[in-house]
Amino acid sequence: MLEISNLHVIFNKGTVNEKHALKGVDLKLEEGDFVTVIGGNGAGKSTLLNSIAGTFPVESGSIVLDGVELTKMPDYKRAKYVSRVFQDPLIGTAGNMSIEENLALAARRGKRRTLRWYTNNEERAKFKELLAEFDLGLEDRMMQKVGTLSGGQRQAITLLMASLASPKLLLLDEHTAALDPKTAKKVLALTEKIAKDNNLTVLMITHNMSDAIKYGNKLIMMNEGKIAFSCEGEEKVDLTIPFLMEKFEKTVGEALGGDKLLLG
Amino acid sequence: MFQGLINALPGGISQGLMWAILALGVYVTYKILDFADLTVDGSLATGGCVAIVLTAAKVHPILAIIVAFFAGALAGIITALLNTKLKIPAILSGILTMSALFSINKIILGKRANVSASPKLTIIGRLANLFGMSSSGLDRNILTIGLCVILLAGIIAFLYWFFGTEWGSSIRATGNNQTMATAQGINTDRAKIIALAMSNGLAALSGAVISQYQFSGDVNMASGTIVIGLASVVIGQLVVGERGSFWVRLVGVVLGSLIYRLIFALAVQIGLDPDNLKLISSIIIVIALCIPTIKQKFFSNHKVGGEKNNA
Ligand SMILES: Nc1ncnc2c1ncn2[C@@H]1O[C@H](COP(=O)(O)OP(=O)(O)O)[C@@H](O)[C@H]1O
Ligand SMILES: [Mg+2]
Repeated sequence: MLEISNLHVIFNKGTVNEKHALKGVDLKLEEGDFVTVIGGNGAGKSTLLNSIAGTFPVESGSIVLDGVELTKMPDYKRAKYVSRVFQDPLIGTAGNMSIEENLALAARRGKRRTLRWYTNNEERAKFKELLAEFDLGLEDRMMQKVGTLSGGQRQAITLLMASLASPKLLLLDEHTAALDPKTAKKVLALTEKIAKDNNLTVLMITHNMSDAIKYGNKLIMMNEGKIAFSCEGEEKVDLTIPFLMEKFEKTVGEALGGDKLLLG
Repeated sequence: MFQGLINALPGGISQGLMWAILALGVYVTYKILDFADLTVDGSLATGGCVAIVLTAAKVHPILAIIVAFFAGALAGIITALLNTKLKIPAILSGILTMSALFSINKIILGKRANVSASPKLTIIGRLANLFGMSSSGLDRNILTIGLCVILLAGIIAFLYWFFGTEWGSSIRATGNNQTMATAQGINTDRAKIIALAMSNGLAALSGAVISQYQFSGDVNMASGTIVIGLASVVIGQLVVGERGSFWVRLVGVVLGSLIYRLIFALAVQIGLDPDNLKLISSIIIVIALCIPTIKQKFFSNHKVGGEKNNA
């Protein structure tokens, strides 16, 4: 369903700061795939997700989602097919707007916005129901400004928002990295539930190796703008941290240093 | 001095209400869209010039005011296009349009320093005629106040409705968190174009009403507009706070504009040189902007880790 071929991204081309961040990435995903993405700092993981979302133009290559050519589509139009959750909980939601307003904005992703009122009673009831499933007590605080919530609550709302309006692809960029371990665990469980309930295809960047092994049916390891290693199915189930570490050391050609890749 | 202030009151209220229309426009860009738009320094005069030239040419003043609104909206759209399509920074985009408008306003006036219309042709003259009142003195102020109250009520009702719609909510999201807005499929360029058109349309409407009140318009009638608009917004915020319902905050902007005029009238009454009025305006804004910071410094030492809401 997602087909990325020979994708190149070059930042600041022709300047001293030129950075060839993606060097020919090929990636093919099936519907319902849950892919975890690992790799050292600066490997190009975020760049890969950002180019799928359309944050910046790519140098060459193509991105096709369910037969729709995304490569040159502006980012706000791609949002119809691609939803995302960022690492910083402040980025995914509008802090000055209420929970209800945020959800209503997300429910209209990819749809024509009109001069009708921003939401309606039927929709409110649906939001309430969905929030209640999260078990965070937010269903009774729909009119509260999102800015007054904790990082974990904001991230949970962003996740719910990302699941509305039936997107095809969900992009998660270290979306639990800013949370404390307990909250991170909760949000990951929610992520899995939402992906399953909505049959979403997911690309999840994580710096936590055990999460990368635990979640999803495929794994890719990136290094220097390329996919250095990938595995799926049985092979993915049998993955162990020592094996991944060895793989990593081999591809990077150096021992796994301090903060390069967290073991978790 | 007290008597002088009383005498200055009707005129001051008229001014306060006419400029409140501009202040609501500034609120849309400055507070809702979070876009520091300096175009209003030109578009208010454009509104005034267009309205007075048309009125002098015997066009019905209501039509003249409507045309003025759209002329201002067009100016706002140009600033928005400079910013979104040509990627010129917001402040510079506004300055460029504002500066260009100075020349355009002169062209609209036909190279005259200012244009006057016979009072009976203006909206004030027509209303005076309708109600058997005079178009000068206290009557003129009463008519202006009445006209502005109706206009402001309509504008506030419109803004309250509009910013509650799907479109309005998208514009608020764009102003609050552009990354989020884009991720939710909002065309943020379009949001900016609509908000800037609306804001500068209101600035021009304000200028149009002012020209009807003065029975004349000139290219300099808008100098310092942005400062007056900002002062009203900031004072209004101090008066009603930031937490209230949206329409309360909009009414607060109108109150801010009135209070600003009152402070102004007071400053003139105590004998401050009118040449120093711009200095006074800036000082008023600095004080108004400082008060929340000072309050926070002195009163919130006990609050720990309060999250900032402006993501
Ligand atoms: N917008 C940008 N402009 C310039 N360089 C960038 C930009 N975004 C990322 N880079 C560079 O591209 C490389 C890959 O970055 P990124 O994809 O963020 O890595 P990570 O795998 O840690 O997410 C890094 O060297 C980074 O400095
Ligand atoms: Mg990254």
